[in-house]
Amino acid sequence: MANWVPLWLHRLGSPPVFYRFAGAVRPWALGLALVLGAVALYGGLFIAPADYQQGDAYRIIFIHVPSAWMSLFIYGAMAVAAFIGLVWRIKIAETVAMESAPIGAAFTFITLVTGSLWGKPMWGTWWTWDARLTSELVLLFIYLGVIGLYHSFEDRRQGARAASFLVLVGAVNVPIVHFSVNWWNTLHQASTVRLLGPSHIEASMLWPLLTMMAATKLYYIASLFARVRADLVASEGGKGWVRDLLAGRAGNDPA
Amino acid sequence: MSHAFAMGDYGFYVWSAVAVFFIVLLIDTLAPLARRRRNLRELRARLARQENRRRPGTPPSNESDA
Repeated sequence: MANWVPLWLHRLGSPPVFYRFAGAVRPWALGLALVLGAVALYGGLFIAPADYQQGDAYRIIFIHVPSAWMSLFIYGAMAVAAFIGLVWRIKIAETVAMESAPIGAAFTFITLVTGSLWGKPMWGTWWTWDARLTSELVLLFIYLGVIGLYHSFEDRRQGARAASFLVLVGAVNVPIVHFSVNWWNTLHQASTVRLLGPSHIEASMLWPLLTMMAATKLYYIASLFARVRADLVASEGGKGWVRDLLAGRAGNDPA
Repeated sequence: MSHAFAMGDYGFYVWSAVAVFFIVLLIDTLAPLARRRRNLRELRARLARQENRRRPGTPPSNESDA
């Protein structure tokens, strides 16, 4: 690996550098996420043809499945950050892990509610204790547990360390969610889009799905960076760089 | 076009799902922006109080936005 890559990552571990970097990247990530999300929804809701069995109800897939992917992806990102934070005690890694949890919880909540809205017309029920549904609900509870544990400590870093342990323990649920449709033969259908092997989906339905996946990834970056910035001005409040920021000496954005 | 918005008989389910998606993510977008502004405001007030303690006699007018 080129020498400047670890050097750049090392510099990004410094809170003021990360704060400025996040502030510069966030509007671009959010703007691109909005554009891609609008294109994906237009393609999914209006251009793609209706499903031969489910009619137009299947169109919930363009929200439900990207949100479900994000609920697992964010957990993975949070677990990596929590591990780095625990082992090397890098403050930014702890902050990234803790600020990822609410976004992951939001996507898990969207997944459960939209799945319910899809299940009612197709399965005839809002909820069933299916393996996939149950493990996704457990995922939401783990996210809420991480958020709660983090906020139950007076000292933020102590709370982040305790919650990071919970993140690593709770990671066992991620493969359970992913493989639940293969391990248990219950109501939820199996994967339609597959990384290995051909996907069981028409191209006109696949591209909006993949575009929405890219949009939600970019949204995660934008939301995470906004949250880390909000967190840093409080946890680094006593430091000189935040005071410079308040006094407008840093130049770019004072408040 | 109104035909396309009807989504067969499933309009309620499809548009509810879209609405949930946007409402949850809108809250998720706005909350941290408000939190950052609040954190900065509290910090500014704290610094002003410290400044007042250091130089007593100055009017506490700069505490008003606490």
